[in-house]
Amino acid sequence: MDLLEYQGKQLFARHGLKVSDGHAVTTVEDAVSAANEVGYPVVVKAQVLIGGRGKAGGVKLAADEAQTREHAKNILGMDIHGHTVRKLWIEHASDIATEYYASVLLDRSAKQPLVMFSTEGGVDIEEVAEQTPEKLVRYHVDSLRGLSREEAVQIATDGKADADVIEGVADALVALYEVWMQEDATLAEINPLIVTPDRTVKALDAKVSLDGNALYRHPENQGLSDAENEDPIERRAKEQGVQYVALDGDIGILGNGAGLVMSTLDVVAQAGGRPANFLDAGGGSDAAKVKQAVELILSNPSVKAVLFNIFGGITRCDEVAKGLIAAFEDLKPSVPFVVRLDGTNDVAGRELLEQAALPNVYAAKTMNEAAERVVALAKGAGA
Amino acid sequence: MSVLVGNDTRLAVAGITGREGSFHTLNNRRYGTNVVSGVTPGKGGQDVEGIPVFDSWADAARETQPNTAMIFVPPRFAADAILEAAAAGVALVIAITEGIPAHDELRVYNTLKRDFPNTRLIGPNCPGILSPGKANVGIIPASFFKEGNVGVVSRSGTLTYQIGNEIAQAGFGNSSIVGIGGDPVPGSSFVDIIALFEADPQTELIVLSGEIGGSAEEEAADYIAAHVTKPVLAYIAGFTAPAGKQMGHAGAIVSGSSGTAAAKAQALEAKSVRVGRTPTEVAELAVQILRG
Repeated sequence: MDLLEYQGKQLFARHGLKVSDGHAVTTVEDAVSAANEVGYPVVVKAQVLIGGRGKAGGVKLAADEAQTREHAKNILGMDIHGHTVRKLWIEHASDIATEYYASVLLDRSAKQPLVMFSTEGGVDIEEVAEQTPEKLVRYHVDSLRGLSREEAVQIATDGKADADVIEGVADALVALYEVWMQEDATLAEINPLIVTPDRTVKALDAKVSLDGNALYRHPENQGLSDAENEDPIERRAKEQGVQYVALDGDIGILGNGAGLVMSTLDVVAQAGGRPANFLDAGGGSDAAKVKQAVELILSNPSVKAVLFNIFGGITRCDEVAKGLIAAFEDLKPSVPFVVRLDGTNDVAGRELLEQAALPNVYAAKTMNEAAERVVALAKGAGA
Repeated sequence: MSVLVGNDTRLAVAGITGREGSFHTLNNRRYGTNVVSGVTPGKGGQDVEGIPVFDSWADAARETQPNTAMIFVPPRFAADAILEAAAAGVALVIAITEGIPAHDELRVYNTLKRDFPNTRLIGPNCPGILSPGKANVGIIPASFFKEGNVGVVSRSGTLTYQIGNEIAQAGFGNSSIVGIGGDPVPGSSFVDIIALFEADPQTELIVLSGEIGGSAEEEAADYIAAHVTKPVLAYIAGFTAPAGKQMGHAGAIVSGSSGTAAAKAQALEAKSVRVGRTPTEVAELAVQILRG
């Protein structure tokens, strides 16, 4: 679960990281009163879960009330790479002497937390890693012990932070590690971590991802998702306990098991089609859940044909067939379906479908045959 | 032979008294797996169709000497169940549970490494291990597989069934099928299991089924080039997955430019591992190799 900048900064502040005072607002008027409160100059920052805000015009400096009003008006509602700006973060503008970079993330390969620090802040850190790897310190922490202050000082020293802010950077690293550890984050990143002319070390931005599986331990973090910018079908799927990811094609996909569904998307793409979604109905789906899943898929108006690809293990094919039949009774879909059923109770499932003789439903024997068929049907329906 | 589970398996199950836990435990026993006990705190002294239940792993270990643990408890209790089984001396822990917090997985992985180096963890969030004709531990539908010489290791359950079934339909079988799970910090990696298949005399061909996210497939490619003499085939799911979106499994996510299916396929092919573009193609390649 990715957090907006201001949500990340609130977590930072809770753990003693220095951030600027500010307010999250949704209207121009509130932006102006927030700016008056924190004092000019202010920065007006679009709150969206996508990089490149600055270049897209979503971050502006305002010297007075009139400028704040103008920028807030322009940025609210702006589209930044497909994300609509609904919220602004207004903070007092910081004087910047130096920009650093700091992060803590889960290194899946080393199976330990990785702390990274660089004096090359404010730029794309992947570029720094590639072009000047010697300027990026990478330090694996023993997660059973945690990050000590001595280690943090060493990281800051190895990274060649200015001598007079080694202590300040070390404090920031220790606090950032605490955020990562205590909030069940998978990523906590500050870019840039700034040094002000009076030599204060401060987080000017925040990028935090929290582990959704651990939210039960953090009731205070449960409201932090960017619900307004979530795809509405994805949000409904989550409520129903189904994994749905919106894609930009026209072939609806339903399968069981994440790996098989991903594979189905690939096979459809290889057959020349464009999947409209990823939908994992999960193991042990009963008829009611399958029917709900069909509703989700069909609520996307771009869908021109639907593919069911089931290899039943825990999932029983007769339950899937019953769900599809129930969905047809209720929804009377106008698009064709291709259904491939294999695995537990597949014979019973195929018989049920044959007896029901649903209009526009085609059985396929293999995954490849099913993919080719659904691509042809989607193209035919579009012509 | 086979790897990890077989005729010597003595299985104890955490969460045996739950609905899913008892259903799959009994399924495993019906297949021929030797299930010796179950563990549910507070239910010691009861039994599940004749399988004795104990309050703790220490009790179960003392009374029934399990060498394999299966974990079926809810996510918030799973980490402690795994560590308790390890502390009781169980050498192989297979965690089926899905949805364990990543930080718990990290703690379990590193605690096992430091305090219980002789315990091997498979999973979590995995379908378990099947050695056809010998033993089944987990939720793999065993009826679709038969005994043979193909070793399969996979991050995904149903995708394994798809590939395994196509190989079975062509007349071949499996030595063992090992699901390592789709989470960010699995207890065992492709490399760990490939090493076991390399050493297993029954296994003549190894099939690796990977997916987007992380770098386990790339690490497997390097390992195979340096240490494996048997033929290895691979499949990678998620070529069309968009960046930044989690595709079902917690570990299946393309972050920035890393973890893509294309990069994984390339890394494997660069080390002369053939990569099938569809599950069907993997099965066809397997059959070609097996028929010589």
